[in-house]
Amino acid sequence: MTRAGLQALLSHWWRHPGQLVMLLAGLMLATALWSGVQAINAEARAAYAQAAGRVDAGARARIVPRAGERLDEAQYVALRRAGWPVSPVVEAHLTAGGATVRLIGIDPITTPSDLIPRAFSGTDSAETLRRFLLPPHLVFAAPDVAAALAEATGAEVRAADDLAPGTAVADVGFVQRLGGAEGLLDRLIVTDAPRALAPPPLETIAPGLVLQPAAPRADLARLTASFHLNLSAFGLLAFAVGLFIAHGAVGLAFEARRGMFRTLRALGLPLWHLMLLIALELALMALVAGAAGMVAGLLIAGALLPDVAASLKGLYGAEVPGTLTLRAQTWVAGMAAALAGAGLAGAGALWQLARLPVLAPAMPRAWARASAHRRALEATGGLALLVAAAALARFGSGLMAGFALMAALLLGAALILPPLLDLCLRLAGRAARGPLSQWFWADARQGLPGLSLAMMALLLALAANIGVGTMVESFRRAFTGWLDQRLAAELYVRARDDAEAERLRAFLAGRSEAVLPLWRVEATVAGVPSFVYGVEDHPTYRENWPLLDALPGVWDRLAAGEAALINEQLARRAGLSPGDTIEILPGWRLEVAGIYSDYGNPTGQVMVALAPFLAHFPDAPRLSHAVRVAPEDAPALARALIEEFGLPAENVVDQAALKRWSLSIFERTFAITAALNVLTLGVAGVAIVTSLAALSGQRLVQLAPVWAVGVERRRLARLELLRALALAALTAALALPLGLALAWVLLAIVNVEAFGWRLPMQLFPLDWLRLVALALLAAALAALWPALRLARMAPARLVQVFAAAR
Amino acid sequence: MENKPALLSARNIRRAFTSAGARLEVLRGVDLSLRHGESLALTGESGSGKSTLVHILAGLELPDAGEVEIEGTPLNRLSEAGRARLRRETIGIVFQQFNLIPSLDAGANIAFQARLAGRHDPDHVTRLAGRLGLAGHLHKYPEELSGGQQQRVAIGRALAARPALILADEPTGNLDEATADEVLALMLELVAEAGAALLMVTHSVRLAARLDRQLQLSRGRIFA
Repeated sequence: MTRAGLQALLSHWWRHPGQLVMLLAGLMLATALWSGVQAINAEARAAYAQAAGRVDAGARARIVPRAGERLDEAQYVALRRAGWPVSPVVEAHLTAGGATVRLIGIDPITTPSDLIPRAFSGTDSAETLRRFLLPPHLVFAAPDVAAALAEATGAEVRAADDLAPGTAVADVGFVQRLGGAEGLLDRLIVTDAPRALAPPPLETIAPGLVLQPAAPRADLARLTASFHLNLSAFGLLAFAVGLFIAHGAVGLAFEARRGMFRTLRALGLPLWHLMLLIALELALMALVAGAAGMVAGLLIAGALLPDVAASLKGLYGAEVPGTLTLRAQTWVAGMAAALAGAGLAGAGALWQLARLPVLAPAMPRAWARASAHRRALEATGGLALLVAAAALARFGSGLMAGFALMAALLLGAALILPPLLDLCLRLAGRAARGPLSQWFWADARQGLPGLSLAMMALLLALAANIGVGTMVESFRRAFTGWLDQRLAAELYVRARDDAEAERLRAFLAGRSEAVLPLWRVEATVAGVPSFVYGVEDHPTYRENWPLLDALPGVWDRLAAGEAALINEQLARRAGLSPGDTIEILPGWRLEVAGIYSDYGNPTGQVMVALAPFLAHFPDAPRLSHAVRVAPEDAPALARALIEEFGLPAENVVDQAALKRWSLSIFERTFAITAALNVLTLGVAGVAIVTSLAALSGQRLVQLAPVWAVGVERRRLARLELLRALALAALTAALALPLGLALAWVLLAIVNVEAFGWRLPMQLFPLDWLRLVALALLAAALAALWPALRLARMAPARLVQVFAAAR
Repeated sequence: MENKPALLSARNIRRAFTSAGARLEVLRGVDLSLRHGESLALTGESGSGKSTLVHILAGLELPDAGEVEIEGTPLNRLSEAGRARLRRETIGIVFQQFNLIPSLDAGANIAFQARLAGRHDPDHVTRLAGRLGLAGHLHKYPEELSGGQQQRVAIGRALAARPALILADEPTGNLDEATADEVLALMLELVAEAGAALLMVTHSVRLAARLDRQLQLSRGRIFA
């Protein structure tokens, strides 16, 4: 019975390959985009986990020199002898095989075991330890640099897949020698709580060192969460668009197979068995489409990952490999998504089947009327979601509320699209005068349910494109304007040590208009990890700094040391406004005199006058400087600095290069969203094509009588094309306000919550026109084939409609 | 009646189909003619080619050989647009399954062809609807009407443009006997009032007897 039933059910797809393609394409595209994004996120998370678990992890407290230079090994020995549970770390950067390798030197005896590569603790750990400590030294390296490092150092290198890309771990003494830093260390990790017999305070043993508590800022997973959440939101949107297609295909197949269901039940197949068979059929399709979707998703992920890796490195300094690793959990999650998607797409049809009387009319009724009740429910649900979106916009807070608002807005708008289109078509029909035009609008109305899912997909894709496009373009304009203001200095120079910095300042004094310190220290201000900058009073700041809000006389009060400026991120996270007071150090409180925009920076910033800054942070590193010079003299001065001081090129950066770098990070970040946008639009295009193809067979029943009473096939074909264009145009017109609402949510809520800044929204009507034209073109292309087929259809085929009716 | 000129004449109509690789000759040289105002019943077994002949006479498909003329115009020399115009203006078709336009209500369905032909007369449509017993159903959509009501709408559509020729392909084949009698009587009455000629395909010898002439189609040929 099962075999015969399944054979009968599957025969439908054999006879209607268009519907089969539509269902498989929907599930495949949904799985592809979702699993592609998830594969990228999984890759990044794995990289963060590696980074977080290694020696440089900020999750542990550490001891560093107050002046920002290296500390002496003797200080480490003194601290150990005094009972401080510390372990030494030194770093060297080597060039191996064209890549820079970050070589971290550790002491395997004192380093906590959870910070040592897993490969260290093998079966023969004593032998491993001996080879690690003694020449030629055993080095553990990330797989991407292992071979090159072995060649460059002559050491025995073992690949360790739990190390972050581009890093390696070796014995501290070996790294000191390689880096030319014998007797010096970069930092000491506090490996444990101080023992019961409290050791003497740090100041008494090593006065030049400071204890830094565990730094939450190094938690890459937290810093980048909003970036990945954004990617996930796009993946989810694409998944939803794909599900719309699959849902449409299942609904069409259900309508077309009503007669078959009745016959199967009349012939003795129990209802539960029939439902089981349909569920089995759906699961089979989900497995086939899911596997294809996974392959496509991994290809997409592979193509996008280099841009994602570049963005993450540029924005957060996070190292993520540019190539994809195939993970079992990605496959499992992708297939689960395909099965869940098929379940969601088919749940409604199964529910209807469960309630279908055994002698229900076999003839497929017009979708419009058959599902009128369901459509009314969907429209009510859509309105409820829009009300929920408005409530979230008014009362919600947090990033999740922002995404919930976006989801409610998009889903609500999609659900009320069919009734809105129906209303537009009804009004157009009323205004029409000729019989053919009246039939045209009435027919478009009647055919709407079959196309409404494709139109919903188009609405979502267009709205996402308009919304994200507006956000990105608004961001691009604000960002480039901000860069012009913020990067006012012609050169940015960084010395390698304090002595060199002093000589640099002396050198530049006679050759530039101004040398402005860019000196900063880390501090927690109002509970937010931040950088505090000491700035000179100079027109560069007064004339260019991008202030969003300020008290009167802001620059004079800053220069007098009475007030501070803070960036937008700190203001929003700590809820600060001009006039509020912040505590930078215990006892050092300043009024907030202004707030400035600071795009592209995930942390808080405070600007104070240079003199009080140096008074409170006498050991702050004084290495970086902004140099004002006539723009035409900047290249020569840069060359002179490199020649005179032997500075590496990356330590002397001109304004244009810095802008180029910043903009390239920006472009690569949004290249990902642009790619996902295009893919989503492509999915919507596929939805229209598959819907029209699946419906074209059923359209003959509507078109043949009109042809029979004297309307030529060519004219009918033109009207078919026009119908698709009219629906796409109406959908595009409704997508515009939705897209702008989406842009507002992205700019005013999601960006503020995710990144801490709000951008002014700008409108780009030419982009909308281009998108609408694209939507019309997609609809025309999608309708072209069925229309051409109709225009060239043999009359005998049309006549068959009347014969088949019998 | 015999003195009236021929409205429809078909000479040596041949039509064959290929099905599963086998050639099936459905019409093997059919000749018939119909004068203005005349009614003709065409009977025959299932699969005898009756519907195919009606489709050819309506210009919905072309024969493999032979010629159909309506009011002296040979259909096979007309373009598709020409045949479409002829159908709009000269022919009313009634199908067994009604083939109404599902997106239009009953009133719009009745008026549709007349409006296409530029001969829409609202009073005529109202009168026709009244005669067909559809006055209270004009705003209903096809699926909201019974089979008999749908067929009345189809008859109204065929007559509203005042065509010279009505082609009815088993117009009562989908109705019960009582309704079939009622619908046929009404159709014959209205056709006669309009002065149109009627060619009706039917299985029923009883119904065929009510028309002026009867012909039988058997194995692709016409027998009187």
